Amino acid sequence: MAIEVRIPTILRTYTAGEKSVSGSGGTLAALIDDLEANHAGIKDRLIDNGDLRRFVNVYVNDEDVRFLGGLGAELKDGDQVVVLPAVAGGAS
Amino acid sequence: MLTITQATYDAIVAHARRDHPDEACGIVAGPEGSDRPERVIEMINAAGSPTFYEFDSTELLELYKEMWARDEEPVIVYHSHTATEAYPSVTDVKLASEPGAHYVLVSTREHGNDEGPVEFRSYRIVDGEITEEEIRVVETLSSTES
Repeated sequence: MAIEVRIPTILRTYTAGEKSVSGSGGTLAALIDDLEANHAGIKDRLIDNGDLRRFVNVYVNDEDVRFLGGLGAELKDGDQVVVLPAVAGGAS
Repeated sequence: MLTITQATYDAIVAHARRDHPDEACGIVAGPEGSDRPERVIEMINAAGSPTFYEFDSTELLELYKEMWARDEEPVIVYHSHTATEAYPSVTDVKLASEPGAHYVLVSTREHGNDEGPVEFRSYRIVDGEITEEEIRVVETLSSTES
């Protein structure tokens, strides 16, 4: 069984251009490890110093994972995960 | 080169003026692969800051889901600088996450909320590299425009 993960344009170099891939894992951290096994390099773009990168948003079934426990957020088969880089910047 | 309609250009400038002294931000969506900036979507600057902008994370997801449903992509990502020039900052470059988009910067430093010329410039930002591009303002996007 699988969890569908929507991949943003900027990370599709790791998924051979695929817009979505499937993975598995009982938590977001486990899912990311599973993705890394098949798409080497992607983990480093999502995680920094053991935590989700500040300017990467991950949603589970449309909910920002930061409100679901971050990397510890529990996942189950059939969940929809979306990865979206923040749209941010500024003069500072 | 960025080809943009006068109406879209004016909408971006109006948004930047209205939100001055905070940074204004938004996108112009268009059909995937078309390079046609057709639909201006003003976003709220969740940072509410004169030196930083960030789309609210919930609104960001709604925006992208809407674009996916319509087979659109962000053709332009725009924001304003309100005290500095319309050139990508180190932060802008570090956080640029749409390699296919035109990054439009508007500076309202001269006239703030008031009428008057604004700097309006466009860039590609890919792998940390900034490339400024020409802007062509047209009345309407022709059917063959790309």
